[in-house]
Amino acid sequence: MKTDIILAGVGGQGILTIAAIIGVAAVNKNMYLKQSEVHGMSQRGGDVQSHLRISDSPVHSDLIPRGHADIILSVEPMEALRYLPFLKPDGYVITNLVPFNNIVDYPEETRLNEKIDALPRKVAINADEIAKEAGSARASNIVMLGAASRFLNLSTEDLEFGIKSLFGRKGEEIVVMNIKALHAGIEAAEKQM
Amino acid sequence: MQKVVLLGDEAIAQGAIDGGVSGFYAYPGTPSTEIMEYAQSSKEAASKGIHRIWSANEKTAVEAAIGMSYAGKRAMTQMKHVGLNVAADAFVNASITGVNGGLIVVAADDPSMHSSQNEQDSRFYGDFTMIPMLEPCDQQEAYDMAYNGFELSEKFNVPVMMRLTTRLAHSRSGVERKPQKPELKGSLPQDPRQFVLLPAIARRNYKKLLGNLDSIQESANNSPYNKYIDGADKSLGIVACGIAFNYLMENYAGQCPFPVVKVSQYPVPRNHIEKLRSECKAILVLEDGYPLVERMLKGFFGAGIPIMGRLDGSLPRDGELNPNNVAAALGLRIVEGADVPEIVRNRPPSLCPGCGHRDMYNALNEALVEYGTGRVFSDIGCYTLGALPPFNAINSCVDMGASITMAVGASDAGLIPAVAVIGDSTFTHSGMTGLLDAVIKNSPIVVVISDNSTTGMTGGQDSHGVGRIVEICRGLGVDEKHLRVVNPLRKNHEENLAIFKEELAYQGLSVIIPQRECIQTAARRKRAASKE
Repeated sequence: MKTDIILAGVGGQGILTIAAIIGVAAVNKNMYLKQSEVHGMSQRGGDVQSHLRISDSPVHSDLIPRGHADIILSVEPMEALRYLPFLKPDGYVITNLVPFNNIVDYPEETRLNEKIDALPRKVAINADEIAKEAGSARASNIVMLGAASRFLNLSTEDLEFGIKSLFGRKGEEIVVMNIKALHAGIEAAEKQM
Repeated sequence: MQKVVLLGDEAIAQGAIDGGVSGFYAYPGTPSTEIMEYAQSSKEAASKGIHRIWSANEKTAVEAAIGMSYAGKRAMTQMKHVGLNVAADAFVNASITGVNGGLIVVAADDPSMHSSQNEQDSRFYGDFTMIPMLEPCDQQEAYDMAYNGFELSEKFNVPVMMRLTTRLAHSRSGVERKPQKPELKGSLPQDPRQFVLLPAIARRNYKKLLGNLDSIQESANNSPYNKYIDGADKSLGIVACGIAFNYLMENYAGQCPFPVVKVSQYPVPRNHIEKLRSECKAILVLEDGYPLVERMLKGFFGAGIPIMGRLDGSLPRDGELNPNNVAAALGLRIVEGADVPEIVRNRPPSLCPGCGHRDMYNALNEALVEYGTGRVFSDIGCYTLGALPPFNAINSCVDMGASITMAVGASDAGLIPAVAVIGDSTFTHSGMTGLLDAVIKNSPIVVVISDNSTTGMTGGQDSHGVGRIVEICRGLGVDEKHLRVVNPLRKNHEENLAIFKEELAYQGLSVIIPQRECIQTAARRKRAASKE
């Protein structure tokens, strides 16, 4: 069983945190993992992506071939569309609907929403709002992780373990808040399936 | 043993720590930065007292590492590919001095130029210095090579080069660690004149290196990192270097039908390559970077069996390899995803909101209106983003420190006033000597040292210039009357603009230092302080 995930967003939106949680959860289950990240220049407000591959057999390439990703998990709607060449024909797009508009020619929101609506297999949620309701506006990336969880071949407990490992140092309160955000994301996605 | 999940860079650092290193020496540069950062955050490295403080630039880093080797301890020095140009003098001569304690020089290349100004292939440096070179295909090999590389260096009495590319540097995977080796105790070289490269001694050392080449070749032929993997279909043989091996295996789910030579230690293993040539009708070379091995196998006349790769168009001539372009070179059918919808726009990196460089450019741009555009030479750092809208403020970015010296040359040609924009870390890396040139000639230029007290673009590493920039300028002889420190804040715009205008009008050397801490570094510092 192998899961190929493209994580997408804008520098600073926390996609590497999502990658780290999935990574810790996968390694804890003795799965194989390769996760390619973007560091450096693009982290200054540019588009960033991470190729995350988890499998029960060894993974060869650090990069996912185009046309092979099982899911695109994006914390920003336009960035979800940027990586469509990587998505396999029956793959899913799981995206946050809240734009991160830091460029002068960002597309009109209605046109962007039409494009997202037209995707055949998708989960599209307002992760920012859901995160706020769950107690922390900053946890919208964890909400998105929750929304994608059914596609990851990892249990909710596995992901909770990942969150505890990653945020444990920051205290129990932060852990509880992020687990709440995870569950809020799971629920929001269930409503769309 | 439980595996630890590490970036390729981190695996190198951990491998060196476990392999008995006594010092890391580096200047930050994508994609090599995380090697030092990992060493700096390692509790083991701290408890052993391993040296892991940033150097002023790559040249000082390599020289310090050679010094540690001279003193009989193991050293690693690591840099991005263009950093090796800065350090080339020290690096090339280290192949002639040889080593005492093991010395590993890590060069992290950036094909496709994700964060660089070129995609030069550091293997050429390894090739012409004739030292053993290691190119890991995955994180485990990166660890193993750093772990075992010091002995290889000590065995042949030369530095060992490790070359990796961005993909491996910045990709994580599980790595199995090995038992820790003790550090060397330290000892002087047996020959007290080994490192004295007077011509007579250098000639002797060079002959010794040449005399070692057969053994170095033999070591590559028998290296555990190089493999001949047989395949039933002899219509093609494949040479896969470093990470390219993974892209090949990805396409055949680990079962390649053709014979494959996996190359991860150079010089290229002659025994395996000759076997491939004798058994196969043609050879395809997969290598990330320049066509080094392909050119070597092809030779000048292209005689012998067909050699395919980047030179004959089987693979793109530039850019990094990936599973798809390797599949195309193998003639495999490619499943493509959907196209990128036309609605998607580019999202280039930009200066952070609230960044002091923004206020600096606002003042500079306005002050320059009366002189016209095309006279601002810049450098390498976050402020290079001033090339993009809305600032469109700079006209050059060539190499570390080039802003000041290019402005000097342009003013010599009559472009007056010329302006240089450089950051504090780049200034102490390679700008100080250029400023001395400008002082000696009193060049009619304005040098703007945009001091955010950090090495920003690579993630906020310590800058040697913190609190020292003004004193350094004074010490180099900049006229006190034209050495101006300003605070780049929006509320100070008019005041700063007046200073920029005054200095642009002055017919000699001026230095303006807009000084305000990077907002990212400041935020991190505050977070760290609140924890304590």
